[in-house]
Amino acid sequence: MNASDSEEDSYDERTALVPSENPVLPSYRPEPDLNPPLDPPTKRFGVSGRAGTAPVDGGGGGSDQEADVDEEELTLKYGAKHVIMLFIPVTLCMLVVVVTIKSVSFYTEKTNQTLIYTPFTENTASVGRRLLNSVLNTIIMISVIVVMTIFLVVLYKYRCYKFIHGWLILSSLMLLFWLSFMYLSEVFKTYNLAVDYPTVGVIIWNFGTVGMICIHWKGPLQLQQAYLILISALMALVFIKFLPEWSAWLILGAISVYDLVAVLSPKGPLRMLVETAQERNEPIFPALIYSSAMMWTVGMASPPEAQRSGQETDEEAEQSSRRAEPENRQSQLFPEDDLEEDRGVKLGLGDFIFYSVLVGKAAATGGDWNTTLACFVAILIGLCLTLLLLAIFKKALPALPISITFGLVFYFSTGFLVQPFMDNLAAHQFYI
Amino acid sequence: MGIKNPFIDGEVLSFTSPPFSPCDSLCAPPLLRAFFWLVSLLLASLVWFISVQISNKDSAAQQKGLLIFGVVLSVLLQETFRFAYYKLLKKANEGLLTLSQEETMPISIRQLAYVSGLGFGFMSGAFSVVNILADSVGPGTIGIHGDSQHYFLSSAFMTMAIILLHMFWGVIFFDGCERQRWWAVAAVVVSHLVVSCLTFQNPQYVGSLVPTYVILLAMAAWAFHTAGGSLRNLKLCLTCKDTDFLLANHRPR
Repeated sequence: MNASDSEEDSYDERTALVPSENPVLPSYRPEPDLNPPLDPPTKRFGVSGRAGTAPVDGGGGGSDQEADVDEEELTLKYGAKHVIMLFIPVTLCMLVVVVTIKSVSFYTEKTNQTLIYTPFTENTASVGRRLLNSVLNTIIMISVIVVMTIFLVVLYKYRCYKFIHGWLILSSLMLLFWLSFMYLSEVFKTYNLAVDYPTVGVIIWNFGTVGMICIHWKGPLQLQQAYLILISALMALVFIKFLPEWSAWLILGAISVYDLVAVLSPKGPLRMLVETAQERNEPIFPALIYSSAMMWTVGMASPPEAQRSGQETDEEAEQSSRRAEPENRQSQLFPEDDLEEDRGVKLGLGDFIFYSVLVGKAAATGGDWNTTLACFVAILIGLCLTLLLLAIFKKALPALPISITFGLVFYFSTGFLVQPFMDNLAAHQFYI
Repeated sequence: MGIKNPFIDGEVLSFTSPPFSPCDSLCAPPLLRAFFWLVSLLLASLVWFISVQISNKDSAAQQKGLLIFGVVLSVLLQETFRFAYYKLLKKANEGLLTLSQEETMPISIRQLAYVSGLGFGFMSGAFSVVNILADSVGPGTIGIHGDSQHYFLSSAFMTMAIILLHMFWGVIFFDGCERQRWWAVAAVVVSHLVVSCLTFQNPQYVGSLVPTYVILLAMAAWAFHTAGGSLRNLKLCLTCKDTDFLLANHRPR
C-alpha cells in the first residue's frame, strides 16, 4: 500500500524544497566595496529579523580598503568560529535522529509501505533484480527533486512569491503538526505511556503554532534554530523509515552529484536561485535555511564615531560573533536592535536532512555503534572541509558532496572491514 | 551613510582584543585527530581483513596470530598518523603565523598536543567501549559460559587508561618532535606497543591492568614534567596562589 495522497503531496513539496537549499551561502563578507544600503529595503521577502544574504550585509560597507592579508586573516579566524557554529546544530540533529532510531523501533520496522517516489520494491529474490529496482527508484526520486527545484526557481524568477510562500507554509504545517504527532505517538507507544487525546492535542497545537510563528515570522533566534533542527530530524526519520535499503544509499550518492551540478554549473537551478536572490537583494526563503546569526532591522544613519560595537546584551552576545569585548554605548541615538548585522553562516535544511539520513541509516542497520560514530566523524570533517573551501572561494558552495562521500566511504569500509576486526578484538579483550 | 564595522579598519583590528578566541582553534583539532585515528584503524583493518581472507580460516591459532599481527600493525599505524598530524599542525600553524604577522601563536603547540591527544584518545576509547556499553544495557548475564565476571569493569578501567595514555603520549610525542628528541618519540611508540601487548594476557586482568596503570602513572609524570610542571607549580596551582595563571586568565586574585 502506498502512502496516502495528502502525504505524497506534502512529501512532494518537502522533498523538493528541502534539497533546493543545499548551497551554503557565505553570508559574511568583509568586502569594502559593497554599497551600503541607503534605504532599508521596504519589501523583504520572507520575514524581517530572519536570515539575510550577503549583499544585504551593510557591516562591511563604507570601511576603508584593507590589505588582502588582513582579509585573509579575518577569513581564517572567523572560519574557525563558523565551523563551530555549524557543528553544533548538525551534531544535535544527528544526535536526535540516532537516539530516536535506537530507542523507538517504529522507524526501523520493516514495512511494505513506501513513498510514491520509490515504487519498486526491494523484496525480490535475485540480487540483480534488487539492484535494478534500486537504480530505478533512485532515478525517479532524483527526477522528482530536479523537477520540483526547477519549478521553484521558475516561480521565484517570475516573482510568484505568494505561491511559494503558501507552498512553504503548507509543508511546514504538515511537518510541525502531522509528523510531530506521529513521532510523539510512537514515543508514547515505545515507553508504554497512556496519554489522552486532549493533552496531546494541546501539546501538538502549541508546538506547531509556535513553530510556524518562529519559522515564518519573528521569534528568538535560538528557538527558530531549534525548530529548524527538529523539523530536519523529523524529515530525516521519515526518509529512513520509508526509503528501501539500497535505494537510500544510491539516492544519497546521486543527490550529492546533483547538488554539485546544481550549485556549481552556470545553468544549475540552485545557482540561479542564489544569484537571483542576490541580484534582488532579498533573503532566500527563511523556512529552508538554517542561519547561525540574526539579522536585525536596519537603523538610521549614524555618525561614524557613534557606531560602536555595542553593549553585549544576552541576545547580542550570541549573534555578534565579532564582538569579544563589551564596549559602552557612546551614543544614545539608536536602540540596541537597530544595527544591521549578518555575520553568520547559512546551511540549507536539505543538508541537515541528508546528513541525518546517512547517520540514521548507519545506526539503523546492524546496530553497531562504531559505524555510526565513524559516519558522524566523517560527515563533520566533510563539513569542516566545505567551510574551509567556502572561506577560500567566498561563494555559494554545495555542502553535500564532500560530507556524503566521506560518510559513504566510511560507512561501507567500517561496516565491512573495521567491524570484524573490532569484534574480534573485543571478544579477546585486546586493546589497540 | 553606511554603518562602519570597527573591526575592518586596519589599525583598530590589532588593538581591540582578538575577536577570535583560542577556543575556536581548540575545538576543530580533536575532530581532525579523531579522523586521523579512524583512517589509521581503517588501514590496519584492511590489511588484517586481506590477511584473514588468504589464510586458513579453520585454524584458531593462526587466526589469533593474525589478530596479534593486526594489533601490532594498528599501533604502528596510529603512531605514524600521530606524526603525520604533528607535521600537518606545524604547517598550519606556521601558515597562520605568517598570515597574522603576530609574534606568538594564539595557541601554543603544547595546548594543541594536549587537545589532539585527547581527540585521539577519545576516539580510541569510544571505539573500544561503545559497543560494550550498548550491550551492557540489554538483558544478559556476564560470564554465563564460564568467562570472566569482571569483563565490563576491566573494560572500563582499561579504556580509561588508554584514553589518558593517549593524552600523555600526545604531549610527550609532540614535545619530542619539537625538540628533536627522537628517543622520547621512540619511547612513546614502544610504550604503546607494550600496553597493547599486555592486553594479550586478558582475561588474566592482574597481568594486564596493573602494569598498564604503572605505565600510566609514569607517562603522567613525564608529560607533566615535559609541559613545564613541577612540584612547586602543582602546589601553587592547588592552593590557588599561582599568580601567572591567574593573570593569564584575567581573574582577580
